[in-house]
Amino acid sequence: MYGWLQALFVLALLVVLHVPVGDYMARTLDGGRHLAVERRLYRICGIDPDREQDWRHYLVALMAFTVLSVVALFALFTFQGSLPWSLGHPGMPWQLALHTAVSFTTNTSWQNYAGEATTGHLAVMAGLGVQGFASAAVGMCVGLALIRGLVRRSGTEIGNFWVDLVRSVFRVLLPLAVLFGIVLICMGVQQNLDGAQVVNTVAGGTQTLIGGPVGSWEPVKLMTGDGGGFFNASSAHPFENPSSLSNSLEILIMLIVPTAFIRTFGRMTGNLRLGWTLLIVVGILFGLLLIAGNAAQAAHTGTVAQAVGAQTEGTETRFGIPASTLFGVSATASADGALNASYDSFSSLGGGVLLAAMMLGEIAPGGTGSGLYGLIMVVLVAVFLGGLMVGRTPEFMGKRIGFSEMRYVVLYSLVSPSLILVFTGLAVGLPAGVSSMGNVGAHGLTEVLYAYTSNVNSNGSAMAGLNGNTMFYNLTMTAAMFIGRYLPMAFVLALAGRLVRRQPQAVTAGTLRTQGVSFVVLATGTALIVALLNFLPALSLGPLADGLLG
Amino acid sequence: MAVEAPVAPDTTRVEEPRSAHRVAAGMLDPRQLWKAMPEALRKLDPRTLWRNPVMFVTEVGALLTTVFTIPHPSLFGWLITAWLWLTVVFANLAEAVAESRGRAQADTLRLTRQQTVARRVAGWAEGVPSSAIRAEEIPAALLRRGDVVVVDAGELIPGDGDVVDGVASVDESAITGESAPVIRESGGDRCAVTGGTRVLSDRIVVRIAQDPGESFIDRMIGLVEGAKRQKTPNELALNLLLVALTVIFLMATVTLQPMAIFSKGVMAAAPDTLAITGAGISAVVLVSLLVCLIPTTIGALLSAIGIAGMDRMVQRNVLAMSGRAVEAAGDVHTLLLDKTGTITYGNRQADSFIPVGGTREAELAHAALLSSLADRTPEGRSILDLARRRVGAHAGAEEDGQWVPFSAVTRMSGVDLPSRSLRKGAAASVSAWVHDHGGSVPPELGETVQRASASGGTPLVVAEQTRVLGVIHLKDVVKPGLRERFAEMRRMGIRTVMITGDNPTTARAIAEEAGVDDFLAEATPEDKLALIKKEQEGGRLVAMTGDGTNDAPALAQADVGVAMNTGTSAAKEAGNMVDLDSDPTKIVEIVEIGKQLLITRGALTTFSIANDIAKYFAILPAMFGPIYPGLSRLNVMGLHSPLSAVLSAVVFNAVVIVALIPLALRGVRYRPSSAGTLLARNLWVYGLGGVVVPFAAIKLIDLVVQFIPGI
Repeated sequence: MYGWLQALFVLALLVVLHVPVGDYMARTLDGGRHLAVERRLYRICGIDPDREQDWRHYLVALMAFTVLSVVALFALFTFQGSLPWSLGHPGMPWQLALHTAVSFTTNTSWQNYAGEATTGHLAVMAGLGVQGFASAAVGMCVGLALIRGLVRRSGTEIGNFWVDLVRSVFRVLLPLAVLFGIVLICMGVQQNLDGAQVVNTVAGGTQTLIGGPVGSWEPVKLMTGDGGGFFNASSAHPFENPSSLSNSLEILIMLIVPTAFIRTFGRMTGNLRLGWTLLIVVGILFGLLLIAGNAAQAAHTGTVAQAVGAQTEGTETRFGIPASTLFGVSATASADGALNASYDSFSSLGGGVLLAAMMLGEIAPGGTGSGLYGLIMVVLVAVFLGGLMVGRTPEFMGKRIGFSEMRYVVLYSLVSPSLILVFTGLAVGLPAGVSSMGNVGAHGLTEVLYAYTSNVNSNGSAMAGLNGNTMFYNLTMTAAMFIGRYLPMAFVLALAGRLVRRQPQAVTAGTLRTQGVSFVVLATGTALIVALLNFLPALSLGPLADGLLG
Repeated sequence: MAVEAPVAPDTTRVEEPRSAHRVAAGMLDPRQLWKAMPEALRKLDPRTLWRNPVMFVTEVGALLTTVFTIPHPSLFGWLITAWLWLTVVFANLAEAVAESRGRAQADTLRLTRQQTVARRVAGWAEGVPSSAIRAEEIPAALLRRGDVVVVDAGELIPGDGDVVDGVASVDESAITGESAPVIRESGGDRCAVTGGTRVLSDRIVVRIAQDPGESFIDRMIGLVEGAKRQKTPNELALNLLLVALTVIFLMATVTLQPMAIFSKGVMAAAPDTLAITGAGISAVVLVSLLVCLIPTTIGALLSAIGIAGMDRMVQRNVLAMSGRAVEAAGDVHTLLLDKTGTITYGNRQADSFIPVGGTREAELAHAALLSSLADRTPEGRSILDLARRRVGAHAGAEEDGQWVPFSAVTRMSGVDLPSRSLRKGAAASVSAWVHDHGGSVPPELGETVQRASASGGTPLVVAEQTRVLGVIHLKDVVKPGLRERFAEMRRMGIRTVMITGDNPTTARAIAEEAGVDDFLAEATPEDKLALIKKEQEGGRLVAMTGDGTNDAPALAQADVGVAMNTGTSAAKEAGNMVDLDSDPTKIVEIVEIGKQLLITRGALTTFSIANDIAKYFAILPAMFGPIYPGLSRLNVMGLHSPLSAVLSAVVFNAVVIVALIPLALRGVRYRPSSAGTLLARNLWVYGLGGVVVPFAAIKLIDLVVQFIPGI
């Protein structure tokens, strides 16, 4: 009961807060004047902030930034040993460095290593910290570009990538991170620059406690959808998540930016009602996941539960089952890899729910920016079917969805399921994939499926039990993350470039209204059916087989 | 010069009368299915089938199961193989039936064109009397644009064109079904003639306007024949979605194989079944899963829906130049309607008698009747009708007088009787006439006349020598039922705009009476064009009808331009549809057909996708239940055995195509209503229905197939 109250409290607070944050983002991200600091930054980098880009130039700028980021991170990890503040950790092997570089650039932050044992403070702060913000901001950029494509009535420009990037980081993510960081530190999250300290315990033994800039990292990890914990245990570690209150706040931090982005969408399109409608769709999807997750966790059947004979195994005992589930669903549904419980120890069906949350395509509410554009892509499919069903050439916000628009929508929708299924098929079919599996049978398959789903959807959370630090997994996951992140982005930008040139149609009583019960049902149904249908066979051999006992 | 009498089309023509009933004729005769079977089998040719990617994948699947079943024969394998082939055949059948129905329509039209002999005039020049023309006989099929032919009474006109000399009455019933002959003459807006129609009287000279194979009928035939049919924009977009779904499910089934082998390897104790062994899922079952998941239902019916939509146009005697135009009709935001002929009957009719100066209404009516007895204009006759209703059918029969016809100088007409003279006409002229005879005009006349004009009518003043009797109120009569029609349009989100040459006052009154949303008064063709452009700039699609040459620019600019068949070739060239009935209100039906076409596609796509849920519940437990017994709990339908479950799903998948062919041909039921209502209804029927129906149907099929031994 307490867990449900907590969920209600967090979600109500989220709905209240998403309005001012979203309004602020709309105001500050699009248009308006440049700050003096920003002007200086643009001048140093040789950018003309007032010149907008068409979708091709936008994409080129985005990819240039991405490649540069990967190269910089790769160098940082490889040569960590010879850089300061490494805490004595050596450089990473090349395939792990590559995987990690791509992982943090793509906002996935899947770690094939234990954080506290591999990366020093410099790598965390200069490398992962910077990319935590930048990678989240890139998602917001693409979201903004798509909104502009929908809103604008002529021309070919969809914004300036550099301006969007700088503003997302410095006007939204950074201030919020500072704010949330201070609050979290007040709640008892650790913040220092110490390395490992050996302390004497009450019982007389010794324990190694690792200190560090945890409090400043925490909001980055949660808010940006990064998810890589300072500690391997992430938010299950008391230094990262000391209390029930901090647990609630951490959930809120994970959800706030993607949720507020829906409001930003409503603001920028001048259609707040559509914003609320989309929020309701997201709310229903999230609610379904939460209820399913809790039901599965409460019933708690499957391999793990039978093995240990306990219901709470793997869940965070400090917070209980519902709070663990809420955290898990929030994290997986918001493209955030954080965890406050071991997902591997969730019940089989509960783990399946977390998988489903990601398989939806990270739209409820998804990653920062990426959640919104993913949601709009699903809505476009819904609008296409709905438009036909009311006897009109489908249109969304007055823009016709014809052949050339649908081309990008379907290509977008193809990427993630194809990558997940093909890589999972490869992994369980090849000895190199099977040898890494710590568990056999349906649970082992679930772990592999989970790994690729998490990687392709830039989530980053993991089920333990799979050793990802092998040549096979490092490389396939790198490919999964890179393609799974940027190919869809390219299609979204191309779509924005198409849409921006479309003259909007007049809205009449014959136009499909993107509001009301019918539309919400249509959009939610499309999200569930179109997104989940293709995964059902794989799910049946994974969590379903694991969880359903004969 | 002996001209062979052309074959009369009458014997082969569709005999049923044109009526609202014929419009609804969408019933499917089972015999049609049977007759279309050979064509359906011909369509199995992969070279034609690849145009339909979903069914092409199905055919490849069927081929695969055939190849796998030959070396490992089993009853189950052969049953599945047979039903997979049937799935493809059923899909082809849907298209073949739609085509044959369309072709039957088109053939009726085409038949009139065959075997016609044309008499081509060499070196025709204007002014040459038609009797002096020398002509050579050639087959009509060889006529080219610009050729000039001469057609005498009793002959068929060999091709579409314009009359350049002469006037004739023409029987166009072969095309329109309308038996009354129409007049066609050179010059003006009634010069266009259609190939295949018959000249009843006189001789005309026609300049052919089309090259062979480009006439309206040729293009229409192209639209209803699947092989030549261009896919329409929305169809292309939908096809894209279907291809994407096919690719995704192909991916899902192909990648399932390594996962299944892995799972079977782990659960080595699980028994081998026909569905799954250590080597993986059997090809037959895997293909069955794929075919059940890909959107075969809509894939099979998509082309039939498109053809049937065109066919419905032809049934309503509308020839569309392209499928694109039919689709655009469903999207129309603004409908431009000519007042005359479309909204009103086209002539003013007497509406009431308003006496002035103490005259009784009966007296006025009687005077009006007398003054109009010899008036042969439609207005005059309407005055007679109204007056007889007021003063009796036989009033005025005994009078004997001198008829004074209307002239542009006097602007009056009337009658001089032995006892008195009566005049009716414009207020100013009649008042002047009364003054000339020493009479006076009552002061309230001005006001009465004003009021009649203000309400959009035309006041005719009736007077005796010295006395003004009153006013006949003539007005445009709005056709009955239009108000409701326009209200319907409004609910559909379509704005109606009336175009008229009347002054704004008259226009406003009629607009209000007819219930149109807006009007354009004193409209010139340029105004019309400007209005269309303005609407389009505001993001609206415009539909209009037109017949005259001066309508051509507007017809070309409009997104849907319906030219009247009676109109000029220029108008027909400019528009993208031709209404053979020349009925300007037809455009409302055209819009509805366009919408119905899209709705049918959308509804069946939703149905098709929603079906997948039940199929999963049938096939997944059947495949993997033997490995993981827990998965058998997904068998919520309680299907007999794994084999019967797979077979039932495949059979359902095939049978549902045949079951939906009538719906695809007829179109989903469409009642004009707002988008919200339509969405709710279709979501409920085809979305929820698509989820629920297959559960019941698969269970029913399973109850039957379980009696097959070994299944």
